Amino acid sequence: MGWHKKILRVNLTNGSCQAEPLNMEWAAEYLGQRGLATKYLLEEIDPKIDPLSPDNKLIFATGPLTGTAASTSARYSVITKGPLTGAIACSNSGGYFGAELKFAGWDMIIFEGKAAAPVYLYVNDDEVELLPAADLWGKSVWETDEILHKRHQDPLLRVSAIGVSGEQGVLYACIVNDLHRAAGRSGVGTVMGSKNLKAIAVRGGKGVRVKDPARFMKAVGEKKQILAENAVTGQGLPTYGTQVLMNVINEVGALPTHNARDVQFNGASDISGEAMHQPRGKENKPNLVTNQACFGCTIACGRISRIDKGHYTVTNRPGYWGASGGLEYEAAWALGAATGVNDLDALTFANFICNEQGYDPITFGSTLGAAMELYEMGVITDADTGGVALKFGSAEALTKMAEQVGKGEEFGKILGLGSKRMCEKYGHPELSMTVKGQEFPAYDPRGIQGMGLTYATSNRGACHLRSYTVASEILGIPEKTDPLATEGKAGLVKAFQDATAAVDSTGLCLFTTFAWSLDDFQPQVDAACDGDWSLERLSEVGERIWNMERQFNLAAGFTGKDDTLPKRLRKDAAKTGPALGKVNGLKEMLPEYYQLRGWDEGGVPTAETLQRLGL
Amino acid sequence: MMRSLSISPDKCTGCLQCEMACSYENEGVFNPSRSRIKVFSFEREGRHVPYTCTQCSDAWCRNACPTEAIGINAATGAKEVNEGLCVGCKVCTIACPFGTINYNHATGKVIKCDLCGGDPACAKACPTQAIVYVDADWTGYDRMRNWAERTDNQSTAQA
Repeated sequence: MGWHKKILRVNLTNGSCQAEPLNMEWAAEYLGQRGLATKYLLEEIDPKIDPLSPDNKLIFATGPLTGTAASTSARYSVITKGPLTGAIACSNSGGYFGAELKFAGWDMIIFEGKAAAPVYLYVNDDEVELLPAADLWGKSVWETDEILHKRHQDPLLRVSAIGVSGEQGVLYACIVNDLHRAAGRSGVGTVMGSKNLKAIAVRGGKGVRVKDPARFMKAVGEKKQILAENAVTGQGLPTYGTQVLMNVINEVGALPTHNARDVQFNGASDISGEAMHQPRGKENKPNLVTNQACFGCTIACGRISRIDKGHYTVTNRPGYWGASGGLEYEAAWALGAATGVNDLDALTFANFICNEQGYDPITFGSTLGAAMELYEMGVITDADTGGVALKFGSAEALTKMAEQVGKGEEFGKILGLGSKRMCEKYGHPELSMTVKGQEFPAYDPRGIQGMGLTYATSNRGACHLRSYTVASEILGIPEKTDPLATEGKAGLVKAFQDATAAVDSTGLCLFTTFAWSLDDFQPQVDAACDGDWSLERLSEVGERIWNMERQFNLAAGFTGKDDTLPKRLRKDAAKTGPALGKVNGLKEMLPEYYQLRGWDEGGVPTAETLQRLGL
Repeated sequence: MMRSLSISPDKCTGCLQCEMACSYENEGVFNPSRSRIKVFSFEREGRHVPYTCTQCSDAWCRNACPTEAIGINAATGAKEVNEGLCVGCKVCTIACPFGTINYNHATGKVIKCDLCGGDPACAKACPTQAIVYVDADWTGYDRMRNWAERTDNQSTAQA
C-alpha cells in the first residue's frame, strides 16, 4: 500500500507501452521516487552513456505518499543521466501532475529509446497511448497545455511538457507541469527533447490507498498541525514564499552577486519577498497576486504574480498580462543578484519565459552573470551578442536573453550551453560558477561555509536541495551553527544529505523539514506502506541512496577531484559583510566528510561501507 | 443548531485537501475524481474557488427525481441520495442549476454532498478556513464582522 506496485514502461523506439510489477524488493530498500527510480536507472543503463543518446532512460517517479492526504503530497521526480553534468540527475516537482499520475494507478513511468518523430503520452488510468505530436513541436509549455486540454476535451487533464528550449537542446531545459511547476535542474527536459517526447497528459480516477487508513489519518493530522504552528511553514513561507530569504541572506553576506564577485547586492531589497507585496508601477498594484499551494500542501509557499501593464516587457503583449508562477528565491537571485538587475518586473518576465519555454532560471541567471563578466572584460563583444550590451544591471539584456534562450536561437544558443561550456569556449573556465558542470544557487559558501561542502559533494552537481545547511547555519533549524565556521560541518552535511535523500523518496516536500524531522515522516510512511518503517530504517535508506548515487557518478567517470568549488570561492575573499575576508574552507571539511561517509581518501566508498548498506 | 457550509474563495490556496478528505470520507480512498466538492482554478487571475452543493431548501434535484431517491436529513438539512432507490437516470443532474450533483459511472448512481452526516470532512481538512461549517442562519457573520470593524473607526479614518 502507498505504492500501486505497478510501473509503466514506454519504449519510444518501437512505440510499446507495457505495464509491469514494481520491484517490491527494491521498494523495501529504496522506498520510492528519488531512491527507487535511481536504483532502476543504475540497473538499466551504463552510467558512461551519452545522456542525449537513445540509450539514456527518463523516469518519472512518484513516492508512496504522493497523492495521499499527507501534507505536501504533490511531489514527483524525474531521474535520468543529466546532459548538463554527465552525473545522475534527479529533479523534483510539485503542482498537480505527480498526484494525478498516482491516481491513474502508476508509481512510475520509464521512457526508453527515442521516437522517430515527436510524440506525447496520453494516460487515462489503464488506457495508455503514444500519440503524434508533430503539431505540438515548436510550441511553448503554455500552448501545449492549452492544446492538449482542448484536444482531449478534458479540463481535468494534467500536463507535463517541455518547451522550445528543450527541443532546441538548451542543456538546462526543465520539464514543466501545471504551467509553472518544474522538474528544474540538470537538463532533464533536454533528455526528454532528445527522445522526441513533447508531453505527458494524465487523467487519474483510481485514487490511492494506504495500509492503515485510521492510523495514517491520525498521523497526518498531527503533522499538519506542526506545520501550521511553525513560524517558517505556518507564517514565513505562506506570506513571502522562499523569497522570505532575499534580505536575510543579503544581510549575512552570502548573496552571490555579479557572478560571485560580490557577496552582497545593493538591489536585494528591490527584488525581495517584501517588495513583491508593495504596490508599484502604472497600475499601482503589488507584483504578488496570491500565494498558492501544490497538491495536498498546507504550507502554500508558491507565488502567483503579475507584471505591471506599464512595464516595457509586456507592452502590447497581453499574453503576459495574466497571473502566473512568480519569483521563488532561487530564481529571483539568479535573474537578479547574479546579473545585478534590480527590476522586479523584468525578473518576473524572465521567470515567466523560463516557465513558458521550460528552462532552469538558476543555470540561466548564473550563465548570464558569467557572460556579463566576459562582456565587461571585452571577451564577449557586441558581435557575439547581436548588439545587445550584456552589462551587469541591464534589465533589457536579461529579458532579451531570456527570450533568446527560450527559443534556443541567436546568443541564446551560447547561453544555452550553461556557464561551464560557455566559459571554456571563451577561454575562461575559471569564471564558471559550477560544480560538476552545474551552477551553484543562491547561497555564497564564503558566508555560509557548510554550503561549500554541500555544493562540492552534491551528486547532481552544485545544488542547495541536497543538504540545506542554511537551515542550521542561518535559521537555527534544528539548531544554530556558526555560518563562518567549518568545524562540525562535515557531519552536518552528511546528516542533511541522508535525511533529504529519504524525504525525496517519500512523495512529500523537502520544505516540510523547516518544521519536521525524519521522526515526523516516519509514522506517516509506516502507516501508509507495507512493512515496518522505523526511523532507523528510513535513515539507512537515505544513506543507501546517497551512496548509490555516488556509485553512479563514479561509474560515469567522476572522481574525488570533482568534489571541488570554483576557484573564486576558494581564493577570492568576500569583500563586504559579516564574511569579509573569508574564503570557503572546503579543504578543511572534505577529508572529514569522506571519513564520516566511510569513503577512502579518493572519495570512493569502501567495501565495508557498501556491504553495511547492502550495495 | 442547523449548520451550513460557508466558502470564502479568497482564502483558498488550491491544495485540494478538501477533495481528498471528501473522497476518503465517502469512498475510503484518496481520489479527487470521486470528490463531491471541487476546487476550480482560474489560472490567469490567480484564483481558486471551492464549489459544492449548497443544500437548497426547495431542491431542484429532489423535485426532479422520479423515484424519490433524494431525501432530507432532518438533523442536518442535507439532501441525501438513497442509493437503494436511485436508478441512475440523471434527471437530477439536469435539474440542478449548479451542477453539484453528478453521476458516478462506477456505481451507476448519482453522488452529491451530504454534509458527512453533520461533520463535513472538507471543512475539517481545509488548512486556511476557506471552507467552514457554521450557523446556517449566520453564514455572513464573519464578513459582516470584518466590515463592521472598519465602520466609523476613528484610527482607520485617520490612517
